[in-house]
Amino acid sequence: MSRLSEDNVRIALEIIGHYPRARSATIPLLHLAQQQDGYVTNDAIRHIGELVGATSAEVLGTATFYEMFKFEPVGKYLVNICRTMSCALLGGDQLMHHAEHTLGIKAGSTTPDGLFTLEHAECQAACTEAPTLQVNYRYRFRVTPETFDALIDDLRAGRLDSEIPPHGTVSRVRQRIPVDRGVGVVAPEDVTTAPSWMLAPEAAK
Amino acid sequence: MTTTESNDVSSDDSPAVIPDPNAVSVIINGKQFIARQGDLIIKAAEDAGVYIPRFCYHERMSPVGMCRMCLVEVDTGRGPALMPSCMFPVAPGMVVDTESPVSKAAQEGVIELLLANHPLDCPVCDKGGECPLQDQSFSHGPGESRYVEEKRHYEKPIPISELVFLDRERCILCDRCTRFADEVAGDALIHFTSRGNTTQVITFPDEPFSSYFSGNTVQICPVGALTAKPYRFKARPWDLEEAESTCTSCAVGCRIAVQSSRDELLRYQGVDSDPVNWGWLCDKGRFGFEGIKHDDRLTTPLVRTAQGHEATSWNAASAAAVQLITDAIAAGGASSVAVLGGARGNNEDAFAWARLAHDVIGTPNVSAQFADGLPVGVLGMPRATIDETAAAPTVILLAPDLKEELPVLYLRLRDAAVKHRSRVIEFAPKASGLTRYAWRTVFYEPGTQAEAVRAALATTDIAAQVAMGDVVIVVGRANLAESSAPTVAALHALVAALPNARVLPALRRGNVMGAISVGMRPGKGGLDSRGILNAAADGKIECLILVGADPLADVPDGDLARRAMAGARRIIAVDTFINASSALADVVFPAAAYAEKSGTTTNIEGRVTTLAQKVTVTGTSRPDWMVAGDLALRLGTDLGFRSVDDITASIAATVDGFEDVTPLALAHAPNGVLTSVVVMEPVVTPSIVLAERNSYDFRLVVSRKLYDQAIGTSTSPSLSPLAPGGAVFVHSLDVARVGSAIGASVKVSTPKATIVLPLAADDSVQRGTAWIPFNQSGANPGDLIDAAAIVTDVRIESI
Ligand code: SF4
Ligand code: SF4
Ligand code: FES
Ligand code: FES
Repeated sequence: MSRLSEDNVRIALEIIGHYPRARSATIPLLHLAQQQDGYVTNDAIRHIGELVGATSAEVLGTATFYEMFKFEPVGKYLVNICRTMSCALLGGDQLMHHAEHTLGIKAGSTTPDGLFTLEHAECQAACTEAPTLQVNYRYRFRVTPETFDALIDDLRAGRLDSEIPPHGTVSRVRQRIPVDRGVGVVAPEDVTTAPSWMLAPEAAK
Repeated sequence: MTTTESNDVSSDDSPAVIPDPNAVSVIINGKQFIARQGDLIIKAAEDAGVYIPRFCYHERMSPVGMCRMCLVEVDTGRGPALMPSCMFPVAPGMVVDTESPVSKAAQEGVIELLLANHPLDCPVCDKGGECPLQDQSFSHGPGESRYVEEKRHYEKPIPISELVFLDRERCILCDRCTRFADEVAGDALIHFTSRGNTTQVITFPDEPFSSYFSGNTVQICPVGALTAKPYRFKARPWDLEEAESTCTSCAVGCRIAVQSSRDELLRYQGVDSDPVNWGWLCDKGRFGFEGIKHDDRLTTPLVRTAQGHEATSWNAASAAAVQLITDAIAAGGASSVAVLGGARGNNEDAFAWARLAHDVIGTPNVSAQFADGLPVGVLGMPRATIDETAAAPTVILLAPDLKEELPVLYLRLRDAAVKHRSRVIEFAPKASGLTRYAWRTVFYEPGTQAEAVRAALATTDIAAQVAMGDVVIVVGRANLAESSAPTVAALHALVAALPNARVLPALRRGNVMGAISVGMRPGKGGLDSRGILNAAADGKIECLILVGADPLADVPDGDLARRAMAGARRIIAVDTFINASSALADVVFPAAAYAEKSGTTTNIEGRVTTLAQKVTVTGTSRPDWMVAGDLALRLGTDLGFRSVDDITASIAATVDGFEDVTPLALAHAPNGVLTSVVVMEPVVTPSIVLAERNSYDFRLVVSRKLYDQAIGTSTSPSLSPLAPGGAVFVHSLDVARVGSAIGASVKVSTPKATIVLPLAADDSVQRGTAWIPFNQSGANPGDLIDAAAIVTDVRIESI
């Protein structure tokens, strides 16, 4: 359970600075929190509420709407195996079975060493490559039991560290735009005139 | 909305009729109606007498279209289509059919879906019998379900606060409670979580829904998902009788329905009074009925004997009281009798007591305030109503924290601020509930508010703002640890600069405005409350009469109150309970409580509304006015009051400003009748000479929280645990100065007294000041307060 670190608060303030209303930064800050701890802790939720001027209940309410935010610890690698139509037809179920066997856990749980969490997923939009899975949302296509085992071995051995960061890291390179370089979006309540493209024909003339 | 005979509104017979630009002609179920521009279809239909079923739509909140129950076929010229009628405003020529087969099928479908997961445990549900889901399933549902699968299950009710329970199985996700918490109360402590089938209302772990307004969600929940602890399983709606009345827990005067069953008070519900409460209540008002049926209520008169208080008859008690009064007059003259109180009763009680005091006994020493109010002359200043305040471009607060003291006024002003109708300029010694919404907050060091006001008015932005139109000044006592002088001086500074500004007094006790107006105020040359207490302390009061007054708890200066009670030679009390002060009385009359007597009350804006008797009195207690009438008779004057209505009529006939407040007028005015402002003796500008604050000291702020140890809260089992308890609060950056850890006991002292309280940090407290909530458990900050001093400086030291 931890609040955002000092470094991350600095990033958080930068993110907040990009929006005309602090609240708009809620979701990017949730990602930041998940990147920090691998999941979104209650303390981080409280901290984000303080930073954006919302109650903890509001932040939690927003966060829980989204599947990809986790509120309990998950493994370093979140393995999502697709079970929707194409994948199901091409062996998604057997793949899950095999994965459960290899990892020694049931879908929905985490290995005792904290490395892997196994989950079912719905269509990952790669149906032509079925069956598919994702590790921390990085794709693996036409997965067979053999390639699955190899994948797990590679992850365990750290051979994929350069491609697959720990759970919570959305992108490995954070785009940092200093606040003064933002485009200066105006809050809706401060907009006084209609945008030019919206003016009625007579008024535009 | 009117039904018109022809389509042509301005027909030939009435050429003078100018078409109303706001009129929108629509056809609802085949009939033509004129609706108002901007009206939502659901509202326009309702005004036309056509009820469209709904769950999420609530007139006092923004529409969200959550439940889809209000689907009706609407044709805007492109052919009929189903639309949620709570989301769309009327448009010219719109054709609405709420009863077409398609509309009906849609509504039945929504009901069937809502019931798919609904537990249908109506027999054990508090809402059963008054449940919109039940009612609309009957009126607009399919009558049967095709759903045979297992329903969704959740743990049965979970507490989401000390007062409110949530049963998630019953919830239909209408967003009323969550919208109320966010939009109306500003306490977004409940929210929807998750998504789809698992959506539910939640609180954050360890952050309960502890809003002062939580009870409203129970009232507006259209199912039995939210229930209130004080009412759970107490009654079925069909067993309840109700009478409309007004809450007198504070002086906002919210309209309520008082409900009882078998002569027992069980529930108050908010009634929508457009000029006052909009249907909302605070939890203190809503659940305050518990105290009225408390076992410790006085049931018989008491007289003091050598063994202490002994129960006696009314006859004996009245005779004893008359003896005390005549003895007092014989010993010290009529003006040695003083009467304190009246603000906790109704207008009639206050009027009868004022007549007894001024006309029968003949003493000018009468006061309805307890050295914690304002000079009565403030009531004579041009006054604004609540509506006018919430519509004024500028509202200046020179008042206590309205969220704590006048909660529903806080809701109204918060609404005005968030909807950008009013800009609030707040002058305060400490951040308040409205600070978040204020356009400007000027923090002042207690005692210096007049300078703060003058300096603020000299800034260009504030000067420009107050020049924008109406200005209303909400004025009251923000700090009990200072005299009223600095506030009055600041008020004068404001009025001098803004001669057209009007005033809304923020006095707190239920009927303080009414009591003062009908005569519970000093007569010519009479003493005000502080004067009375001082005179009593000096042994100059032969008989002190307390009418619903508990100086030992009410008067900020605790030492003065104790000396006054000790110095008064004879004490008569009229009260509902034995409290610290009535325990010292020689004669105690048991008073009928709220809902045990009828009458009228006057709120802060001077609006008079009716109070209903709903249950019989406790024991032999009587309304205060009867006690006054009886004593007057025994003292040789018949006040002539035989019923409450007699007195209401007599007030209308004799009290300036109350001319329109006749029983007949009241019977026809559900929102009450406004009194007119009567100029009273002008308020003199006090001269304030402040000693410099020694830099070791903290300047003290003492103010009230909504829940404290006052009798109304402490006798209510649901509310009393909500009182936060006593502590001395300083700004977090001042903690180091004190040199104690947070939570440790510290000594708080003035030259006069020392008390010990735990230290706490709170950044709403300004640096250099210390704040102690009044009348909480633990040491009494009143011991530090000197009613004669303008401000109070304290030293805080570790032990
Ligand atoms: S608890 Fe009641 S008011 Fe709140 S969303 Fe559910 S049904 Fe609506
Ligand atoms: S705001 Fe005052 S009048 Fe209204 S419900 Fe609360 S205590 Fe009663
Ligand atoms: S069905 Fe598996 S990716 Fe679409
Ligand atoms: S009342 Fe219109 S959608 Fe709920």
